[in-house]
Amino acid sequence: MSIVVGYIPTPEGEAALERAISEAASAKAPLVVVNSTRGDVFVDQRFVQSDAAQALDSRLAASGVEHILLQPMGGNDAADEVLDAAETHRADLIVIGLRKRTPVGKLIMGSTAQRILLQAECPVLAVKA
Amino acid sequence: METFDLLMQGFSTAATPINLLYAFIGVLLGTAVGVLPGIGPAMAVALLLPVTYSLEPTSAFIMFAGIYYGGMYGGSTTSILLNTPGESSTVITAIEGHKMAKSGRAAQALATAAIGSFVAGTIGTALLVAFAPVVVDFAVSLGDPSYLAIIVLALIAVTAVLGGSKLRGFSALGIGLAIGLVGADPVTGQQRLIFGQPLLVDGLDIVVVAVAIFAVGEALWIAAHLRRKPMQTIPVGRPWMGKQDWKRSWKPWLRGTAYGFPFGALPAGGAEIPTFLSYVTEKKLSKHPEEFGHGAIEGVAGPEAANNASAAGTLTPMLALGLPTNATAAVMLAAFIQFGIQPGPLLFDSEPQLVWALIASLFIGNTLLLLINLPLAPVWAKLLQLPRPYLYAGILFFATLGAYAVNLQTFDLVILLLLGLLGFAMRRYGLPVLPLVIGLILGPRAEESLRTSLQLSAGNISGLWSEPVAVVVYIIVALVLLAPLALKVIHRRRPESVLLGNIPQAPGETAATDDDGSVANGDANGDNDSDNDNDKDHDKDTGSVLPEHAGSSGGGPAEPAGRHRSDEIQNERERS
Repeated sequence: MSIVVGYIPTPEGEAALERAISEAASAKAPLVVVNSTRGDVFVDQRFVQSDAAQALDSRLAASGVEHILLQPMGGNDAADEVLDAAETHRADLIVIGLRKRTPVGKLIMGSTAQRILLQAECPVLAVKA
Repeated sequence: METFDLLMQGFSTAATPINLLYAFIGVLLGTAVGVLPGIGPAMAVALLLPVTYSLEPTSAFIMFAGIYYGGMYGGSTTSILLNTPGESSTVITAIEGHKMAKSGRAAQALATAAIGSFVAGTIGTALLVAFAPVVVDFAVSLGDPSYLAIIVLALIAVTAVLGGSKLRGFSALGIGLAIGLVGADPVTGQQRLIFGQPLLVDGLDIVVVAVAIFAVGEALWIAAHLRRKPMQTIPVGRPWMGKQDWKRSWKPWLRGTAYGFPFGALPAGGAEIPTFLSYVTEKKLSKHPEEFGHGAIEGVAGPEAANNASAAGTLTPMLALGLPTNATAAVMLAAFIQFGIQPGPLLFDSEPQLVWALIASLFIGNTLLLLINLPLAPVWAKLLQLPRPYLYAGILFFATLGAYAVNLQTFDLVILLLLGLLGFAMRRYGLPVLPLVIGLILGPRAEESLRTSLQLSAGNISGLWSEPVAVVVYIIVALVLLAPLALKVIHRRRPESVLLGNIPQAPGETAATDDDGSVANGDANGDNDSDNDNDKDHDKDTGSVLPEHAGSSGGGPAEPAGRHRSDEIQNERERS
């Protein structure tokens, strides 16, 4: 019984997190925040650094929901990490953020969101920024 | 005046559209490899060498010069925005530069680094124009004994002065000299170290060795340490400087240049020592000493000028004497040999067009670098988001292609892999790469000078110090080796350091150091004057190394020792 949210510090990620907090509050379920990196780059702007992670943590605490912040660095895709977290925490709902894409952009870029939507065992709520 | 005419002719060669294009490609590549930690201009030049065979040597060297200067610019961007030096020469920049970036002055830090690099690079190149012909005039009068002495000085100085551990430095030098020995003896034709392989008779191709050590070794090392916690760059707009910043920057730029050029030109100079000296000086002279440690602009301006001036300084002995003093210069010398150009004092006479076009292209490249770095530094920082697997797969591809293209032999690929493993092992055990490459390049030349000197003196060993210059240089060699020894003796007088030295040594460790000591003595064969001192120096050296070993094996938790060790390895690696 939990809600898993994939979080990155971008407008999409923020929208997903905000929605997930309100979902968790209304369902009184624990919230699992996943912020992952493959760990194979020198700089990953999507990975929340320790001071930002603390700010995120206190923000979650202030919202009053029970929460866990996961920051896996296992070298897996972000989609795998979210799906893994959903499985281990027996998620009822996965919340993800979507960004607007042009048809060409969709053609070129492999989509993390698409993999989560197709492979998740539970309902997925996709929030647009 | 003659120099000026030659330089102008150089400009006319370097300013042709095709050469300008190569200069532009060079500075782009140089900035890119400078920005990326772990990949330096030496590796880039080594990888590109085989690709450039079909080019005019002049165009190839114009590109290499762009890469060399570009690396210095790119390194500072990473230092300032990420607090990880992109190159070993920008370590000091990170101290104040990153603090400035954190307090919201990243734009000013990047601007003073880029403009300071431009100022220092231009002045440094002008000094190169002024001094190189003088050095050449002096050098052509030197005979083989003096030349041998200077090579010995370069080998010893690079090994003993740079780097944390002399033991590791001399071990790496020994490996380099040994690799340089492979093949047929140039005088008698006797086969050395070929292990029955007919393909080894011609010796190991320098390109293959350089690519293996720099590229394959580094790629394997990264593959073994692929997953690391990523960092965040500090977002920054277009670099700019206010009036106050200019006022505080221009003096450090000039002082940094004054430190950088002579240190770059010295055999053991490198860019690390002058950047450090410049930082210390600026800290002392600054009107805002309280800002140091919190992001003082002088602490960025001085060291950045120093490292670019030292890059220009390094080219003076490289072009005028054929002596490399850092890894990139060593690989560029290998390139001269590959193109069939004999490096040395005669280079200015035999290839004036190439040399002066190269020097002129340094001015052009420096200007191009300012133009692409000042507005675009934040864009370059985006390169850091490139996934390492893609990056190193590309490097390995080029390395393999290059090694195969040299002679179209599968055998070279085997050599590439074996030496790549050697490069990996050296990184793992903290052996610096620079002495190996310098030993590899200078070893055969030292041998040639030694044999010629001995032939001239009919085998009499006193022929080695038959010239006054040789005697003076050997005295300097002795001083280089003795100075740390003298310092150690002074330190020994203090009781606590004696205690440290007496910490129980594991028998295995003593044996290991003995072995290495004898290797190092073998290297210093040429200088009889200082042979004895050399011995003593090594005894002291083991003394200084052992406490550290004792500390790491002495029971306590393995973790801090491990961290210390990895730091050290990291340092050594960056130095290369």
